[in-house]
Amino acid sequence: MARFVARRLLAMVAVLFAISVITFTIFNVIPNGDPAYRLAGKSPTPDTIRQIRHTWGFDKPVPVQYLKTMEKIFGGSLVSYSQNLNVDDQIVQGIPRTLSLAIGAGVIWMFFAIALGLFTAVRAGRSADRLMTALAMVGVSMPVFWIGALMTYYLGFKAGLFPNGGYVPITKNPIQWAYHLIMPWTALSILFIGVYSRVLRGNLLDTMSEDYVRTARAKGISERRILLRHVLRNSLIPIVTLFGLDFGAVVGGGAILTEKVFDLQGVGQYAAESIAQLDVPPVLAVTMFGAFFIVLLNTVVDIVYAALDPRIRLS
Amino acid sequence: MAIDPAAELPSGLDVEEIVALARRDGDKPITGVAPSRLALRRLRRNRGALAFGALFVLLVAMCLAAPLYAKHVAHTDAYENHLTETIKLHGKVTDVVSDSGVAIGPTWHGRFLLGADESGRDIAVRLLYGGRTSLEIGFAAAAITILLGIVFGILAGYLGGWVDMVISRVMDVIWPFPTVLLGVALGTALAVGGLKIGPLEVSGSSLLIPILIIGVIPSPYMARPLRGQVLALREKEFVEAARAQGLGPLRIMFSEILPNLSSTIIVFAPLMVANAILLEAGLSYLGAGVQAPTPSWGTMISVGVDHMVTGPHQAIVPGAMLVLTVLALNIFGDGVRDAFDPRAKVRTVK
Repeated sequence: MARFVARRLLAMVAVLFAISVITFTIFNVIPNGDPAYRLAGKSPTPDTIRQIRHTWGFDKPVPVQYLKTMEKIFGGSLVSYSQNLNVDDQIVQGIPRTLSLAIGAGVIWMFFAIALGLFTAVRAGRSADRLMTALAMVGVSMPVFWIGALMTYYLGFKAGLFPNGGYVPITKNPIQWAYHLIMPWTALSILFIGVYSRVLRGNLLDTMSEDYVRTARAKGISERRILLRHVLRNSLIPIVTLFGLDFGAVVGGGAILTEKVFDLQGVGQYAAESIAQLDVPPVLAVTMFGAFFIVLLNTVVDIVYAALDPRIRLS
Repeated sequence: MAIDPAAELPSGLDVEEIVALARRDGDKPITGVAPSRLALRRLRRNRGALAFGALFVLLVAMCLAAPLYAKHVAHTDAYENHLTETIKLHGKVTDVVSDSGVAIGPTWHGRFLLGADESGRDIAVRLLYGGRTSLEIGFAAAAITILLGIVFGILAGYLGGWVDMVISRVMDVIWPFPTVLLGVALGTALAVGGLKIGPLEVSGSSLLIPILIIGVIPSPYMARPLRGQVLALREKEFVEAARAQGLGPLRIMFSEILPNLSSTIIVFAPLMVANAILLEAGLSYLGAGVQAPTPSWGTMISVGVDHMVTGPHQAIVPGAMLVLTVLALNIFGDGVRDAFDPRAKVRTVK
């Protein structure tokens, strides 16, 4: 087991390294992307360009630039090109907002996905199942920023039911915190509820035809207990894997579209804005940050699995 | 107990099929039915899936007819603005775009059927032309995804060794990464600089850039399951027989193994197109997809979102069209999946 954990952790470091190199390369090999020109402003003289190149270190070979940038990320001294702000500070500012989005939405989507999955599996083939499955399909087919924009307009602006934008820290006022986040949570959850409930429904139906379920029924255990104790437990495993991946992605700034449409000012929105300005240092830092969470949760899921199922360790 | 012919048995075959397979009419030999034929038969019985498949075809046809609509009904094109013009609505002369910049809403007939945007362009016309763009990206990107998935999946699965190592590790890196984050980074970088590979040069505003990005990023979702299947297939007797006959690895991979993957590929195809259309919308919203003024459903929604307060129809119309299209594809794709492999589960790309 220790060897397995060590191997996974080593692989995690390798993946992070690969991601940082790829991101750095993308933004350094693109034509017309020379940051010196953008930093120099309008009609720069060749002298200014040369000077900027020197002070920012653009005249050094790319591998050296890469090492220097990574050093600064981990040292907390990286600044962005466009606003000269400390990148790590900006990310730290965004973390509570992004984390609030991820945790609230995660709870909502898991709860409703499990409820919907159970409901449709028990009624498989009947009209209630068909209707709910169709609804799940609609949820999967909607762009999150579109539904988000409709919500802010109709529920926020027109009906005035929910506040548009704004973020209240949970430490200040938990109720206002939830009240301000309920629309982003809902919008983000819709897609995941659609996906997860359908996966869960399939798993439940598969598990229901297992022999041990028939045995349990033969022993006279109540249907309710069979469903919750015997069937649901085993069917949840794939959902938990998916959840590990998706939750990690949202925490790592992957919910860019949701953050932008609700103007949450989280890590994802910071990434999107930096990317739009081709501001390499924040992009690199956010990508590393996001990749770290995704890979970390991925690794945790793998390790938990290996602990639960010894067969995985051997393969 | 009466046999319900529509009931699905656990094996995935229905009663009719089992009866057809098991029937022994005297000396009449049992004739085999090809799995693909069985699948087609199952799909033909799935009325809902077929209806949505037909709806998708109808939507595609409507978008293809965009020039006809533009010329004969709306009398304009996707780019022409009518900022200063007026039209007659219910006997009243109305500005297309009012002095305060509010665009006219749906008139429900003739010109500006679905209203105008802030630049006074006919939304119905842009919707159809935008549909062409979105669908083009959807089909082309899905084709790239499938092609890359096939090539990498088969190479990794059949050759194994270091080829598999390299391909699998690269997929491990891309797989869990948020597609939107990766897409937006690539999209912005390429939209600014264009793409230059040797003599090949693509300008930043070209549709090829979103097509490439949206095609390449999801390819691990296709390659991984195919690789798994190839791993099992390469141990089969028919592959051994092919090898014994002296067929080269390329021939075995692409003319012996590939045909066995066709049902997986068919199952993935509609879902890949649906996902590509959704990803286009997301990237365009972040400015990393289709570039203005080219209409696409994604660019139209993102412009509309900015004008939600003065003219919500600008976001609602293209969004509804997109949802309808993606929904039709998803439901049809689901039916195809059920038909080909009643027990298959497809991981949905986000």
